[in-house]
Amino acid sequence: MIKIEGLKKSFNGKKVLDGADLEIEKGKITVIIGRSGEGKSVLIKHIIGLLKPDDGRIMLDEQELTALNDADLNEARKRFGMLFQGAALFDSMTVAENVGFPLKEHTSLSWEEILKTVTEKLQRVGLVGVEDMMPADLSGGMKKRVGLARAIVMDPEIVLFDEPTTGLDPIMSDSVADLVLDTQKALNTTYILISHDIPFSYKIADKIAMLHEGKIIAEGTVKQMKENQNPILRQFLEGRAEGPIKVY
Amino acid sequence: MKNIFNNKARITNAYLEKLGKDAVALIKAVGLMSLMLGSALKLAATPPFKLKNVFKQMEFVGVQSLFVVVLTGSFTGMVLALQSFTALKRFGAESMVGPTVALSMARELGPVLSGLMVTGRAGSAMATELGTMRVTEQIDALATMAVNPVKHLISPRVLAGICMFPVLTIVTDFVGVIGGYLVGVRLLGINSGVYIGRTVDLLHVQDIFSGLTKSLFFGLITTLVACHYGYYTTGGAEGVGKAATNSVVTASVLILVSDYILSSFMA
Repeated sequence: MIKIEGLKKSFNGKKVLDGADLEIEKGKITVIIGRSGEGKSVLIKHIIGLLKPDDGRIMLDEQELTALNDADLNEARKRFGMLFQGAALFDSMTVAENVGFPLKEHTSLSWEEILKTVTEKLQRVGLVGVEDMMPADLSGGMKKRVGLARAIVMDPEIVLFDEPTTGLDPIMSDSVADLVLDTQKALNTTYILISHDIPFSYKIADKIAMLHEGKIIAEGTVKQMKENQNPILRQFLEGRAEGPIKVY
Repeated sequence: MKNIFNNKARITNAYLEKLGKDAVALIKAVGLMSLMLGSALKLAATPPFKLKNVFKQMEFVGVQSLFVVVLTGSFTGMVLALQSFTALKRFGAESMVGPTVALSMARELGPVLSGLMVTGRAGSAMATELGTMRVTEQIDALATMAVNPVKHLISPRVLAGICMFPVLTIVTDFVGVIGGYLVGVRLLGINSGVYIGRTVDLLHVQDIFSGLTKSLFFGLITTLVACHYGYYTTGGAEGVGKAATNSVVTASVLILVSDYILSSFMA
């Protein structure tokens, strides 16, 4: 289980996280929703140690992630996989080299063995015969799939997704939702996603948490969130310009 | 009258504020570069060694820069022979063209010109590549995969710069001397034996080594500055462009300034 406790972070005096608290259950899909610029990416970057909090802590089981030194943090990161918003594939490498990169860095497997695992993971995300392609030759949806294959190639316990449907058409978004559900079920991994795509979140989430003004203001199952009468949450879920959230 | 004084005070304050901000930014950049250099060298010496990455960067910095330094070196040697011949002829010292070309190339022009040319070619490309990797989150992706980005990206580039700049300087020196010889002997009619004999007599090993020592520093400066600006890029495509420009300008200025400092120590 991951426990986020009183997480605070400011950039140049601007508060982005202001005491965020959240519990993320093992083996479940948790979606963190919120408006653009509310600090969702900042929150997951704290979970994987790309950012250090000004205050508060993150516990992964009994380990305090936010207190680890660089070497221990690197060890802890081997328990994670991450899919970035733009997939963050390495431009200079082929799809196979991208997906196999973590295995090449952290195992003593031969390239043939790595390639076998890479092909298997690519098939799991619905891609066949793309091993030798370069990232520049892939569509947005394919990039996300390759990014997911890379994120799960080491069979991590936790996978983080940064806006997995941003820039995709509704059909492709639904296909990514299916992919998330299929892979999570097959691997029994903890998935943490950030998104502002409400239909996508409803489809995949075991739990949804809403981040607003640096705090988690509501959390629960899809049913609980649909029934929650918090006006800020309602405005966001219903996608209305009028309401307590001011549009600038 | 009071308004004029107020305006002057406001302009002075704004100027001082900008000066202060620039000074803080400079100190911060120097600090970050020092820390980056320390980590890059420490991580380069820590297993597992990323030799393949180092060789790849050596090929990029060294082999791919050969054409440009050969072109620069040969034409510099040729023009140096031409100009020094005109000057030396006035007091009957045409035989000194060879040593003039060789000494100038070995001590000064070889390292500085190859340094500046490689900064323009490889330094800008490095800053652009790293900057693009930063804004597309590829550097963050490395970190999330428990791969140290400094060890993976910065150490090989800095090592390649330190190793390849002296090699490129030797090439520049060599083609410069050949270019000078061709112009001096074939075009201007200086006796070949005199040209070579004088050059061999007056060019000492320490002249070549002083140039190579400089080039080692220039290699470090170019790669470190490029890596710094690329690694800390912010602001999308515009930021990447700025990183490339800043790295070339800063590295070029630092090469010229450090050239004077190193020359004064070696004089």
